[in-house]
Parts: sequence; structure tokens; C-alpha cells
Amino acid sequence: MSTTLLTHGRIVDPSRRMDTIGAVLIEDDKIVGAGPDGLNQGAPEGATIIDCRGHVIAPGLVDGRVFIGEPGFEHRETIRSASEAAAAGGVTSLVMMPDTSPVMDQPSLVEYVLRTARATSLVRIHPAAAVTRGLGGSEMTEFGLLREAGAVAFTDGRHTLDNPVVLRRAMSYARDFDALIAMETQDNALAANGVMNEGKLATLMGLPGIPREAELIPLQRDLALAALTGARYHAAKISCVMSADAIRRAKDNGHRVTAGVSINHLSLNENDVQGYRTFYRLSPPLRDELERHAMANALADGTIDIVVSSHDPQDVDTKRLPFDEAAPGAIGLETLLAALLRRVHDGTLPLMRAIEVVTSAPASLFGLPYGTLRPGAKADIAIIDLDAPWEVSDKDLRSHSRNSCFENARMSGRVLRTMVSGETVFELND
Amino acid sequence: MVVGTHSLSSRHLLGIRNLSELDIQFLLDKADKAVEVSRRPDKKTSALRGRTQINLFFEASTRTQASFELAGKRLGADVMNMSVASSSVKKGETLIDTAMTLNAMRPDILVIRHGSSGAAELLAQKVECAVVNAGDGQHEHPTQALLDALTIRRHKGSLQNLTVAICGDVLHSRVARSNIFLLGKMGARVRLVGPSTLMPSGIEEFGVEVFNRMEDGLRDADVVMMLRLQRERMAGGFVPSVREYFRFFGLDADKLALAKDDAIVMHPGPMNRGVEIASLMADAPQSVIEEQVEMGVAVRMAVLELLAGPSHNEAGGV
Repeated sequence: MSTTLLTHGRIVDPSRRMDTIGAVLIEDDKIVGAGPDGLNQGAPEGATIIDCRGHVIAPGLVDGRVFIGEPGFEHRETIRSASEAAAAGGVTSLVMMPDTSPVMDQPSLVEYVLRTARATSLVRIHPAAAVTRGLGGSEMTEFGLLREAGAVAFTDGRHTLDNPVVLRRAMSYARDFDALIAMETQDNALAANGVMNEGKLATLMGLPGIPREAELIPLQRDLALAALTGARYHAAKISCVMSADAIRRAKDNGHRVTAGVSINHLSLNENDVQGYRTFYRLSPPLRDELERHAMANALADGTIDIVVSSHDPQDVDTKRLPFDEAAPGAIGLETLLAALLRRVHDGTLPLMRAIEVVTSAPASLFGLPYGTLRPGAKADIAIIDLDAPWEVSDKDLRSHSRNSCFENARMSGRVLRTMVSGETVFELND
Repeated sequence: MVVGTHSLSSRHLLGIRNLSELDIQFLLDKADKAVEVSRRPDKKTSALRGRTQINLFFEASTRTQASFELAGKRLGADVMNMSVASSSVKKGETLIDTAMTLNAMRPDILVIRHGSSGAAELLAQKVECAVVNAGDGQHEHPTQALLDALTIRRHKGSLQNLTVAICGDVLHSRVARSNIFLLGKMGARVRLVGPSTLMPSGIEEFGVEVFNRMEDGLRDADVVMMLRLQRERMAGGFVPSVREYFRFFGLDADKLALAKDDAIVMHPGPMNRGVEIASLMADAPQSVIEEQVEMGVAVRMAVLELLAGPSHNEAGGV
């Protein structure tokens, strides 16, 4: 039996509303104690002692929206490289999107991903299966069999379902399995060929814009169908205050609805697009500063439930292009926590809430027994220096792709060590 | 062709937005002199002798390409035209790969036309020589705005306090954007006239007045600048039909009568006669459309000389 004692750290465990100086005792792969009690009890004989004085001990992060290139686009990202990036960012569990090639719409694909993850991944990989076959938007996948195979949620990834009849049936059927349907909402016709937020800046830059209504209209339809069917519905990535209001109303009406926001939409605004830098081409597009601010507020007040990296590796072939020809998406596993801590440092988000939205909240949403330091849980842990200054350098990124919105950004707060099942999978060597 | 000395803040001409009033004034003065050169029997100068100019056109444009070619040749540059079919391969790959290849050939100036906004800026980051934006997507077309300004100035003496009505498909027009920036900087009042479906979002914040009726927008205008309506826009549902568009937004004698008596009529070409402009108006005495073409060569001579001229060659690092 191996024993590890993390001592004198500031334990922040939102699953127990705990924020205290204390110790975490790990035996083999499990937490056996985490709290102030362990402080003066000494270490069990033979235990490895890690002094966490001045640092935060938090549950390992659970990232609810990650695109990985494997299978099909391994040159962008493999499960192994994504897991290295995740570990460096304190992420111990991630929900993998089905936008692979072939699409994750068959139990065998889910099993393949889980098998590959067992063989190569440093962190836990939880596949989300497609809602419709081939992400084609017309034919429902086998929710029951896919769940049995290990799918934790159903989503058409980057795709919005155009057909409300298909979505209604999918939601009704999903409810029977208590399966979560997580959708991005962007009306394809209204977004048309848009590539950035519609408004003055888009006009100035000569780029076609996407109005906020392109997000709101399908979202309202989805929320109405969620109410109709009683399904568990998750708006995967919202970007504007109108969407937050719609989510708030649905929640107030008692519907089983949740929402996520990407760290990019919490951190950046449309002004970052100036200079036509394609790393800032995202879907939904970066909105204006008022909307960004509203997202932070909606996160703080609980309207938005989780923050995701929306890690989306793209290579030079898809990014080194004129802005309107480039693929949307940015990597983010390694910078998720550091960027989120900016909101803590600027006072818009309490630390407890910041940790919650990337640990216990997503774990609960996807039905995962992680994101907690509760005794008995797997020892998935992130040790964090809240104030460590560092600069994001593309040469240090572990992802196969380099399309980071935070390239060269200065951060305060960094993961020092990441543990999965009690094993250290990342340790900062600076 | 020397008009004092002045250098732009950038070694490229990517848009009007980053030019100062002084930059514009200087370029227009320089272009004025180039008009004289172009009207001489011997039109050739040696200002760019030994320099290499490459015109890189990813979008077909006979007029603009010819204008740049002529301008370069009149200055004595070695001019090479490259038309890259946009459908052949993925455009972006072509753009950057071609740019890098051309850069290795050590040109002094690259003139680029591309269907994507920001393409000229992207290319400018990749090459070492000066880059002139000859139109990128729906973004900017700076030499068109400069030639329009030169044409107006030669007719009206100054741009200050003039009322310029820019009419038609503003949404898709890089010409309109560059003109809005330039005319605003030079003290003209800009009106945009057209259906709401062809007005970009937030355009009111650019210091312009927006009108949806020609009758209102043209009243007492000094300059009526018509924009080309691209035929494919009709099918896209921006306007219901050509006859409807012409009836309400096409320039005819009745509508022009609302402008000042000495108003001039402009069009960047090529024109859709009977769509945005009646044939009679295109050929009327108020029309300065052909003169715009002449001014285009002069403006491009001024720009090329300023960016690729002797004082810039060595510093350009090519």
C-alpha cells in the first residue's frame, strides 16, 4: 500500500463547501481524509509527504468539452498528447467530443476511445457520443448501447441540430435513459457565412458578422423542446446575455437545463480579433466586452453551471489562412485554470465558485464520481499556486497544435502538480 | 515626379484607415503630378527603374490589374502579373505559399487582390517588400478611394464640407468602406443610401448618415457615388428583383435632379447599366466615371513610387 500526505495546503473542495488549511491523506488510489483534522496527526509510517504550504489543494479539474483529433486527425491531437496537455493544466477528467473520423456514433468507437485512453492517456477520458449518426442531423444514434459502452453524454459536437423533429425525438428518447443532451446552438442560416461577432468592428474589418440572435433562436427552440420532453438539456457554449436570460428563465420554470461557457468567452472579446489573427476565430464568435462581462456575472450567479476549455486543436492547414477561410477553434486544456483564475484575481468570481465550475459542477453534470476530495473518492488532485506568474509560450505547450488564444499571455496562477488516482501525472519543473 | 518628401507611417498600403490626413493630402498631390506625366506624349519615367512589381490577383479584375500594371510601367518598373484562379486549390494555401515563393524572388512591391478580408495584411506579415492592397474581401480598397478623392478634388477644389452620397450595396463594398474612412478624414459629409438589407451592422457609428430612400439621401449632394450591385446578391434575397432595385435605388435623371446642379456622378465600375445606374446617367455630362479610370493610374503611380521608390528600396530589406 502506498501512502501520500499532502500537508499544510489550503484545501478548496466545492463538493463539500470546504475552504480550509489542512491535509489530504491518500492511500493507494483513494483519498482517505481531506480536511483540517489531518494537520497535527503526523504522517503514517512510510508515507510520502508533500508540503503544500502556500498552495491550494483542489480536486482535479473536469473539462466538459474537449475535441481530440484521434481517431482521424492525429496530426492535430492524439489522446496521449491531449492528456499531457490536460495534466499540465490540472485537468484529470475530460469529456471528449464525438467529432472524430469516423464519428463517435457507434459503441465500438466509444470502446476504441476508452481502450486507447487506457493504454495511452495520463488522465481520464470520457467519450460523449453523437446524437445523430455521422453528426448528420437526421438519424438518432443508439443511446442505450452507447451509454452501456461508456458514453457520458450525447452531443453533435460543433453541429447544431437543424431539424426540431429529430431533436424532439432524441430528447424524448434520451430521457428514458436519463441521458444528457448537450448542444451548441447556432442557426446556420442566420449565421450564414459569418466569422465574427456582428457589429461595428465586423463592419470595420470587412468580415461577415454573426448576430447574437443566431445563438438565441436555436437555444430557445431547444429549451422549449427540453420543457416539452422533460429531457436533461445542456447548452454547451453560450456567449451572450440573451442566452443567459433564456437559461435563467428555463431554470426558474423548473426545467432540467444547464449551461456552459468556454474560458475564451469569459476571457476575451471581439477586439482580440483585430489583426485578423485566426487563433481568435471561434464558434460562437467572441462577443463584445459587455457580453463577456455578462458571462462572468451569469457564471457567478449560477445561471451558467460550468466552464469548459472547448479545447479544439487546429493545425497550420486549417489556421494559417485568411480569417474567413480558417477553421474556428482554439486549444485550451493547459490554460483553462490559469485563465479562470484571472476572474478570481479581478474579483468577479470567488475562488470557491471558480473551482466548482471546473470540478464538482461538471462532474455532477456528466454523472462522474470525480471532482471532489471527499474521502473514498479517487485521488484526482490539482495542487495550485494561485499567484505564480508565468507567460504562455507556444513552445512549452504540450498539445500537438499551437492555436492558443492565450499565446504570450501573462498569467497569475499555475498548476504545480496533478495527480490521477494518487499518481503524479504532472509536476511543474520550473 | 517629386512633390516634396513624405513617408507613410507604414511601409505598406493596406487600407485608408491607418492613413493620416497628411498622408492622403500628400498622395493626392503626388497623384496630381502623375496625371501630368500620364498626359505627356512620353509617359515613361525612371522613378522605379530596376524595381520589380508583382501584381498578385486572386480575384479577377481586369481594370484594377491593368491600372496597376500601367502605373508600374510608366514608372519604369518591371511588372509581372500573376492571376491565381481561386478555385484551383485551397485559396489560403495558395496565398501564403505563393507569397513565400514570390518573396524569395525579391520583388520590391507586391500588389494583391484577394477575396478574403485581411488577406493583404496576412501577406504583408509574410513578405519583406512593400504590399499594396488592391482590394481584400469586403474590407478595403484604398487606391480606389484615393482615386475617387482625386477625381472629386479636381472637380470641386477640395473635399472639405462636400456632401457625398454613396449609394447602393454598401454591405459588400470595400470601395464604400475605404471611401467612408477617407472622406470622413478629409472633412466631407458622407451619406450612405440604400436598402437596409445592404447596409452593414453598426455603420451609423462611422460618422455617416444613413438613408433608405434615394430621394432623401441625394438631396443637395455634391457628389453621387454609385456602387455596383453584384448580380448574385439578387438571388441571395438582399433585394427582390432588378426592376425593383432600379426603380427605388437606381440612379436616373429624376433622382439625380435632387442633388446639386453641379453634382458629379461617380461609379467604381464595372457598371450594371439599368441596375444601379441608368445608361443616360452613366454617359451624362455630370458623369466623371471615365475620369476616375484615368485618376486610378495616377494614384497608383503615386502609391507605387512612394512605397517602392529609391528611398524605400534599401530600407525595405528586400
